[in-house]
Amino acid sequence: MSARALWLAFRSGLGGRQAFSTKGSGRITVEVIEHLERLALVDFGSREAVARLEKAIAFADRLREVDTDGVEPMESVLEDRCLYLRSDNVAEGNCAEELLQNSRQVVEEYFVAPPGNISLPKLGEQESFQHS
Amino acid sequence: MLGRTLREVSVALKQGQITPTELCRKCLSLIQKTKFLNAYITVSEEVALKQAEESEKRYKQGQSLGILDGIPVAVKDNFSTSGIQTTCASNMLKGYIPPFNATVVQKLLDQGALLMGKTNLDEFAMGSGSTDGAFGPVKNPWSYSKQYQEQRRPQSNRKREGTDWLIAGGSSGGSAAAVSAFTCFAALGSDTGGSTRNPAAHCGLVGFKPSYGLVSRHGLIPLVNSMDVPGILTRCVDDTAIVLGVLAGHDPKDSTTVQDPVKPFTVPSLSDVSKLCIGIPKEYLVPELSSEVRSLWSKAADLFESAGAKVIEVSLPHTSYSIVCYHVLCTAEVASNMARFDGLEYGHRCDVNMSTEAMYAATRREGFNDVVRGRILSGNFFLLKENYENYFIKAQKVRRLIANDFVNVFNSGVDILLTPTTLSEAVPFLEFIKEDNRTRSAQDDIFTQAVNMAGLPAVSMPAALSTQGLPIGLQFIGHAFCDQKLLTVAKWFEKQVQFPVLQLQGLMDDCSSVFENETLPSVSVKQ
Repeated sequence: MSARALWLAFRSGLGGRQAFSTKGSGRITVEVIEHLERLALVDFGSREAVARLEKAIAFADRLREVDTDGVEPMESVLEDRCLYLRSDNVAEGNCAEELLQNSRQVVEEYFVAPPGNISLPKLGEQESFQHS
Repeated sequence: MLGRTLREVSVALKQGQITPTELCRKCLSLIQKTKFLNAYITVSEEVALKQAEESEKRYKQGQSLGILDGIPVAVKDNFSTSGIQTTCASNMLKGYIPPFNATVVQKLLDQGALLMGKTNLDEFAMGSGSTDGAFGPVKNPWSYSKQYQEQRRPQSNRKREGTDWLIAGGSSGGSAAAVSAFTCFAALGSDTGGSTRNPAAHCGLVGFKPSYGLVSRHGLIPLVNSMDVPGILTRCVDDTAIVLGVLAGHDPKDSTTVQDPVKPFTVPSLSDVSKLCIGIPKEYLVPELSSEVRSLWSKAADLFESAGAKVIEVSLPHTSYSIVCYHVLCTAEVASNMARFDGLEYGHRCDVNMSTEAMYAATRREGFNDVVRGRILSGNFFLLKENYENYFIKAQKVRRLIANDFVNVFNSGVDILLTPTTLSEAVPFLEFIKEDNRTRSAQDDIFTQAVNMAGLPAVSMPAALSTQGLPIGLQFIGHAFCDQKLLTVAKWFEKQVQFPVLQLQGLMDDCSSVFENETLPSVSVKQ
């Protein structure tokens, strides 16, 4: 069995809404994993990766200790300056050919993409999906 | 010749003591000989020789473009270079050839610099050891130095020959190794959490992080947009100033660069430091700090004090939270910035064709390593609706507190802060990889990343060799946009310290032609 198949079997064996029993905050349910993988379009791939996320969350939880009453969030260190805006004139472009060169699949001036509007299948179905 | 400062070589070129082509060939030859360091991902030999040819023409006609004309430089492989592969040490961008130059690269080329190649890094600049790239780890040239070989602690269980080399630091380890091994005179790195200063400290170089907004990020493949800056690695402060003078300034293509006018400058030689106030942040004295670095830090403070400067202890109260804050903000911005890699317009693309989502997911699984994927997933977690307020917004608030800590300290009369750069000297690779990337980054970035959160300029200066003969660096932090003043103080320190030159064993004998049988010049600063 491939490593990935083992991993999938492990996860589906967990069952429904059961949380991971690790020493983390226990908030990484299978639901959360699926949700994150769907949002990020990147998969955990292994149990270690989930454990690492739990550790990362536990690490980030330390922020709660800081008193931030009345403090505004800071988005940029240059917040008290105006960003430079240039005038709205076309200054460059016409480089379609150059840009198309970097893509693996193009047809004339189009990037070729597989069909959209098909969501990633759920956990159990994924293994067969990838290999079909 | 290769061991000289930028200014000295430039004079030599002007006077015809050496031609750009000869210089270029020497560097290319040394790059070949030091291939085992794995500092370069791509060596742009043809490009460099062509540039050298053009530079030579200009010198012959007495029309050199400036000090950098004909000078070999290297660029970290996360800067876009037109026509030259730019990979970010990732499978995702293997074979990707940008159609444009990053602004900082263009500026160097406009001054006639010779681009030797693209240097190795941690994948997508995530890491503190340059060990996690798709092209393998970078070896610290000091592993092979006379100084280390003679002074290192004898190994009780002697490992297999060739496996006990040291890390170069990260994530700009390749750039640091390239400059440190004399294959070029300056290299560009990037600095998001210390990625230029960390390898500079481990490789005995000047690692400079400019103020955020001073140097353009256009063409630098972004990691954390609100903290990234291009960094400069050189062997002496004067060289840093030369490069900074070329790179700094507003770029219409990067609206986060400030519009204040900037002029190239020469770093003045400070003779009197009595008007200077140096701050020592007490929260940086952590238990994990090695005793050698601690004592060197203390000696440096004494150095300033005995020269008449005012040296005081200061407090940056939120220091212990800065690494946590950085962790949240960094992963959140990474999650966003990495979303562009979907295989459609550039980069790796897998063969799955069922749907766009399936193709994206498979492409990204194949293209990114564990470190990058881990950060993307963490970032997405912190950005979930239910977590946004408690993690992301909270971290942004803590960021303001950290930035304010620095503002308060600087407003109280402190000119420059003096801190360690790293916890210890460079460690062996086999020891470094015992912990995972996130843990290592959290440990190693501790002194450097608060600076990125506040957007301040900072520089790591080589201070002394450890008892094992390895470089230890100390960090100076300055007021925002007071980069020149920071470099002035750094230059004074450099002169006091007289840091020894790397003596590469074995290479010395091979490259006698490269070093022209001369006694190695010391990197002393000319008045």
